[in-house]
Amino acid sequence: MNWHEYAIKHGKLPEWPYEISYGKENVVESDVLVVGGGVAGCRAAIAALQQGASVAVAERGFTKRSGLGGAGVDHWHGAVTNPCSKITPEMYSDTAMKISDGYTNGLARYIIGKEGWDTLLELEEMGVQIRDEDDEFKDTMFRDEETKLLFAYDLDNKHCLRVYGNNIKPCLDAEMRRLGAGVYDRTCITALLTEGGRQGARVIGAMGVNDRTGEFFVFKAKAVVVATGGGKRLGSFAPELTESQSMFHINLTNMGHTIAWNAGAELVMMDQLYVGGLDMGYAPYSMGNADNTYQGAPTVDANGVRVQHASATGTLLTDERQIFQSANPDTFVIGHGIGLGPTNTQEYSVSTLDHALNDKISSGELRLPLYNDFTLLDEKHRRLIWGLMLSHEGKTRVPIYETLSKWGFDPDKDMLQYAVTNAELLSHRSSWTGLEHSPKNWVVTAGGGGIITDWRLQGSLPGMFAAGGFPLFGSGCHGEAQTTGRYAGRQAARFASEHDSAEPDRAQIEREKRELFAPVENEGGDIGWKELNYAIARVVQDYCGRYKTEEILDLGIKRLKDLRDTEGRRTYANNPHELGRLVECFRLIDLGICYMEAAKARKASSKILGFSRVDYPEMDPPEWNCLLPISQSDGQVHVRKLPCDYYRQAPYSDCLAENYEKYTVPAKKEAT
Amino acid sequence: MPKFALPSQSGPCRVLSFDDKCVGCNKCVNVCPMDVMIPNPEKGEEPIVVFAEECWFCGGCVQECPIGALTLVTPAKQRISTIWKRKETGEEFRVGMRNPPPPVTTPPSGNR
Repeated sequence: MNWHEYAIKHGKLPEWPYEISYGKENVVESDVLVVGGGVAGCRAAIAALQQGASVAVAERGFTKRSGLGGAGVDHWHGAVTNPCSKITPEMYSDTAMKISDGYTNGLARYIIGKEGWDTLLELEEMGVQIRDEDDEFKDTMFRDEETKLLFAYDLDNKHCLRVYGNNIKPCLDAEMRRLGAGVYDRTCITALLTEGGRQGARVIGAMGVNDRTGEFFVFKAKAVVVATGGGKRLGSFAPELTESQSMFHINLTNMGHTIAWNAGAELVMMDQLYVGGLDMGYAPYSMGNADNTYQGAPTVDANGVRVQHASATGTLLTDERQIFQSANPDTFVIGHGIGLGPTNTQEYSVSTLDHALNDKISSGELRLPLYNDFTLLDEKHRRLIWGLMLSHEGKTRVPIYETLSKWGFDPDKDMLQYAVTNAELLSHRSSWTGLEHSPKNWVVTAGGGGIITDWRLQGSLPGMFAAGGFPLFGSGCHGEAQTTGRYAGRQAARFASEHDSAEPDRAQIEREKRELFAPVENEGGDIGWKELNYAIARVVQDYCGRYKTEEILDLGIKRLKDLRDTEGRRTYANNPHELGRLVECFRLIDLGICYMEAAKARKASSKILGFSRVDYPEMDPPEWNCLLPISQSDGQVHVRKLPCDYYRQAPYSDCLAENYEKYTVPAKKEAT
Repeated sequence: MPKFALPSQSGPCRVLSFDDKCVGCNKCVNVCPMDVMIPNPEKGEEPIVVFAEECWFCGGCVQECPIGALTLVTPAKQRISTIWKRKETGEEFRVGMRNPPPPVTTPPSGNR
């Protein structure tokens, strides 16, 4: 039933069903606080509990299914120490750095390579299927007969696994609660607590608001793990157009970045800004393509003419196995969707369709629409794509597998149509992203910016650790998020065991409460959260888009502050849910300022960073091939230059394994 | 039946549908990451979708429903773009079509 059906049936609107107590203060104390209960946060909580720490988890949604990985996953990247893999953690990390000119997180990628497989094995113990236990795919090229593991992308090197991930989140949630985590769902964390309330000081907890009751929460903790999600609402906001039916959802506001920035922590790569279009609302994975989860699905044109697969470097492929091989025998396929988007070489990328596809469509040689013809596959391979991958990938079990099956789609008989969209993208992109149907200057701030850390995954502020595909700079996917969460959780527990708790600064708490609850006391407010969010996105689209100059960025910062101080004071919230969304908008303003300050700091343009400065057009001059850690204190912005491979320079060793051995906290299986 | 002056919905208004089996247990309300629904004030009645445009279509609610009373409703724009063709006959089908072919009941791979 919808709210208007209720209104018509009962002659009144439904009342808010939860008791509202705006600002009522709750205090929660724990050794470790985890901000964000997605896959990274749950793993951090479980690992910290296993180390003997008491743990509180503050989650925006509901931990059983929330987070970007909440609906499942089909690929597990980075498990390079699995018994079949020919890739080492060193190769994984060094290659990621090499192909991105150093603009990724080599440190985190090493940890991921080192522990990704162990992280997956623990997941198996928690009840997630990671092997072809029923021998459904026996005697296929995708399976290792001894371990029954199934592989994707690179069948020579076998470091990326296919997993039955639909129930991952319920399993993690159950394990976290079994071990005794205090889980605080529906809590929008809005700020970190710092010692003395000072920017740049030790992090000693966090504050937030419950979006059902409006109650205020003070979390006191000896260590905090920031494990929040990514962000799209900053530069791309149009829920009515996209029906939120994209790979990103409306809870994703980069909140972890913003609370770290506001606490005075250093962030890097916030100058990675891709200017692109907005996904205008195809349902992810609902249409034909040969990418990602559909890798290997045959494509035909409207006449049934086969579109050939091609290696990443463009060689047309004749044998099915070649689709799952590297373009060059000396390289390996590093993976897909793990934050290594633009690279300086195609050699490490996944295979695509014929690179001449666009020309062949334009010339009429191939006739639209295109289709995936699954009937061309043998039965087991067809089942592997549709039955395993499409039924376990995030956000495909119900909206795709079950929905299409219910409407009669039969991969044994039917051909799934591609989007009739930008033909240039069809060969190497999932056609459902439909990027051409949107204004050219709409910005997707989807870079790999995030918190910079040491080898303990501790940020520049003592007591604050970062985990997950987004808070840690350099990005990553599901498996990476779980692996870094598990590592950071152990580190946070260790830190908590070595430090006393500190009493939060009352003035900091009072400041936060005043700001948070102003909109519900604002009689006559006439601007809702969506109107404010659209305005924020407009400023970011215009002033942090293609045409960045010192002056334009300064104007953008001015516009965002103006929005906060003018329209921001006219906002209203009808209920705690709207208040939660509104508070996110205010933090998006802070985040936008952070992005623009970071853009001001880089006085050069860069290909890998997708970064263009009109006033500094030179592409990637060597003196600017570095990270630019950025932070703020007392209204001043601080920037420094840091080598991209800082994690193997003094005080660290050049040897990755040595650093890891020195700083890692050994995993424990059961709570102590 | 009174006629109300209601604003137009700014997007799909029915992201979920409940069938008669729904007993209003509200498990779907609580599992939703976006908190799209609220419990119905009338005990035992189906939940109320209030924030439809915030739905991510993850299907967590459908999987949570103990009696299979809940269906995800694909927005029209996506129904008309999710199309397939039967290779043998050339017939076209789509999500939401009139007179659809019988459902395919093959379960997903995996044993749990």
